[in-house]
Amino acid sequence: MSTPDASPFEYAPAPESRAVVSLRPSYGLFVGGEFVEGRGEPFKTVSPATEEVLAELVEANGADVDDAVAAARKAHTRTWSRMSGAERGKYLFRIARIIQERSREIAVLETLDNGKPIKESRDVDVPTAAAHFFYYAGWADKLEYAVPGAGTPRSLGVAGQVIPWNFPFLMLAWKIAPALAAGNTVVLKPAETTPLSALLFAEICQQADLPPGVVNIVTGAGATGRALVSHDDVDKVAFTGSTDVGRAIARAVAGTDKRLTLELGGKAANIVYDDAPLDQAVEGVVNGIFFNQGHVCCAGSRLLVQESVAEEVLDRLKRRMTTLRLGDPLDKNTDVGAINSSAQLARIRELADAGEAEGAERWSAPCELPEKGFWFAPTVFTGVSQAHRIAREEIFGPVLSVLTFRTPAEAVEKANNTPYGLSAGVWSDKGSRALWTAQRLRAGVVWTNTFNKFDPASPFGGYKESGYGREGGRHGLEAYLKGADQ
Amino acid sequence: MLAMPTTSSPDRVADPLSVTGSEAELRRFLHGLPGVDQVGAEQRAAGLATRSIKTTAKAYAIDLAIRMVDLTTLEGADTPGKVRALGSKALRPDPTDPTCPPVAAVCVYPDMVPHAVAATGGRVHVASVATAFPSGRSSRAIKLEDTRDAVAAGADEIDMVIDRGAFLTGRYREVHDEIVAVREACARADGSRAHLKVILETGELHTYDNVRRASWLAMLAGADFIKTSTGKVQPAATVPVTMVMLEAVRDFRAATGQMVGVKPAGGIRTTKDAVKHLVVVNEVAGPDWLDPDWFRFGASSLLNDLLLQRHKMTTGHYSGPDYVTLD
Repeated sequence: MSTPDASPFEYAPAPESRAVVSLRPSYGLFVGGEFVEGRGEPFKTVSPATEEVLAELVEANGADVDDAVAAARKAHTRTWSRMSGAERGKYLFRIARIIQERSREIAVLETLDNGKPIKESRDVDVPTAAAHFFYYAGWADKLEYAVPGAGTPRSLGVAGQVIPWNFPFLMLAWKIAPALAAGNTVVLKPAETTPLSALLFAEICQQADLPPGVVNIVTGAGATGRALVSHDDVDKVAFTGSTDVGRAIARAVAGTDKRLTLELGGKAANIVYDDAPLDQAVEGVVNGIFFNQGHVCCAGSRLLVQESVAEEVLDRLKRRMTTLRLGDPLDKNTDVGAINSSAQLARIRELADAGEAEGAERWSAPCELPEKGFWFAPTVFTGVSQAHRIAREEIFGPVLSVLTFRTPAEAVEKANNTPYGLSAGVWSDKGSRALWTAQRLRAGVVWTNTFNKFDPASPFGGYKESGYGREGGRHGLEAYLKGADQ
Repeated sequence: MLAMPTTSSPDRVADPLSVTGSEAELRRFLHGLPGVDQVGAEQRAAGLATRSIKTTAKAYAIDLAIRMVDLTTLEGADTPGKVRALGSKALRPDPTDPTCPPVAAVCVYPDMVPHAVAATGGRVHVASVATAFPSGRSSRAIKLEDTRDAVAAGADEIDMVIDRGAFLTGRYREVHDEIVAVREACARADGSRAHLKVILETGELHTYDNVRRASWLAMLAGADFIKTSTGKVQPAATVPVTMVMLEAVRDFRAATGQMVGVKPAGGIRTTKDAVKHLVVVNEVAGPDWLDPDWFRFGASSLLNDLLLQRHKMTTGHYSGPDYVTLD
């Protein structure tokens, strides 16, 4: 939509073409290297920007999950675990290259199904997904160096993986690439609102001649996920999503031999000291909370700003927020896309209303919201205290809570005062202060003078209610190798 | 003569923040400005450069960019003939298309000013470099005389260089006072004053922190415009440097209510580059700066590329370099 300050420089629509994507009216499941009919109930996936129905899918029922796990088991026993690491690496390199070749198609499909701006799927999600496959392809023949002292590493077997809707394709890469490199086979369930890019990945597996059964995709909602993670023949469960579902999975897995990694919610603090490079700090705050509409588990949803610069930072932040362009996710100039689902929109609205009711001051960037679809204007709350719900609960939307502090010790105390511990940010021009702060923050990732930076070589994961286990880097392999993390 | 932009009025208060009283005070102020994180600034500039400017937006940007060009020749080999050619190009960039706007100014060495004035007849601005351009390595007296000479010859804009040596050794007051003196030398007998652009030569300042400090220093001393480069030093204008300067003029207006213009110069050769800069102007400083009074491009070859792209927008096909005038 248009920028609110009526600029004479109106950016004309610059939509990315949908022609590169060929949607089928309906999709089945991907089991044993083939697309098969599912036996559960059909469901639809819509474009959150327009509410247009994109395709019909089928919920995998218990029998479907049995078939997928059996196919994965067979592929593991007969083919994949026996193959040399170098050979497995070749397949992964091939998949990585196909992702690059089909990057535009994947990006457009992801944007259609998820609602995220094309510039993010094009410049972040898809290239980072390819980078993960390249990175773990390189590890496939070097596993003995991944876990020093563990002897010849062995794969675990069949991994059941459940991924969220915020980064459907990237989370798939985070899950599948290390599992396959380590010699496991997988059954993956994408989120019910964003299943399409995983099914496109199934096509890529076919194109790469990946042996049948190494990757299986089952679509569906909670029931399908439960059937998968509690399946007797699954050796490893990996989940990214909400803390509530993570708890339920931990309960389901308790008392079994299954290995488990959980990457759950967060309520990250972005700490801005008075000596911070303010313009870049404001960019980092904007990126931290409005990137991907705030649908980011490591989003910097709490801004902790030193009182001496609080007013100036807020002025700059609000001015910057007025230049955010909200609208058609396929437009190459869109900065903020659609909220992924009506259910998520309802949750964001509920928490934002609670923020107002509890006395925080609400300010939204002036922008027109499209009539159709699910939208929420970038919003900032000031006058927030630690006791407010918007300072404690994960909103998972474009809503920033601003708190202030007076001393570094107070900043650390407030930043750590949360049940979560996934990520944090520190902004200061003074290196010693940044390091002092980072050492004291209880978060899996601490970014200094930047935010939301991801690299396949860098491990990622949380403390406390943000989950356990690490994804990415050498540490990410340990979750898929025998004897590695026990 | 064209009506001068409002900031050139001689009554603009120098030192609006009262921080230039002593060397120590000035240093404290400049070093108290928020730092610039290089990685973050370059990332933001690269992000803005991905804006997709098409169709109507592109047509608007091209015409605006043409109107913002300071068409420049600064060569030892410049002649009256060359400057006359430049002058007529400035008035009618595209002789085949009367809808094509004129550029903002021609920019020449001081001795070429009379020829530029004659060629343009006051229908575009005549800018002259001065103060021992490009190095600035001359005595204060020579620099001021250089300026007076250009103004007397009819230049209505002066592009001065700062003393980078003094800046880099921390003698900020000296740099400041020289700008103030040159600004006074821009005065005409009738009480009006030529418009002053202050060249920071960012390629010699090296850090974005220095670019920000030099920008503020020039603005505190009363610059009407801050300009990146002479074009004689590499790197010249880059998108992040222009962005840091645009942040400075934006913050200066917030602090003082006074608007200062920005002129990237050197290295902007293509329409694409120019459009990227305009996006940065629009989103960082704000739409108020989208005007030749507040933003200029110091360039020579850029104009022809803008004209070729303008042809393409109006006719739907590309013409070749033989269809724009060489000068």
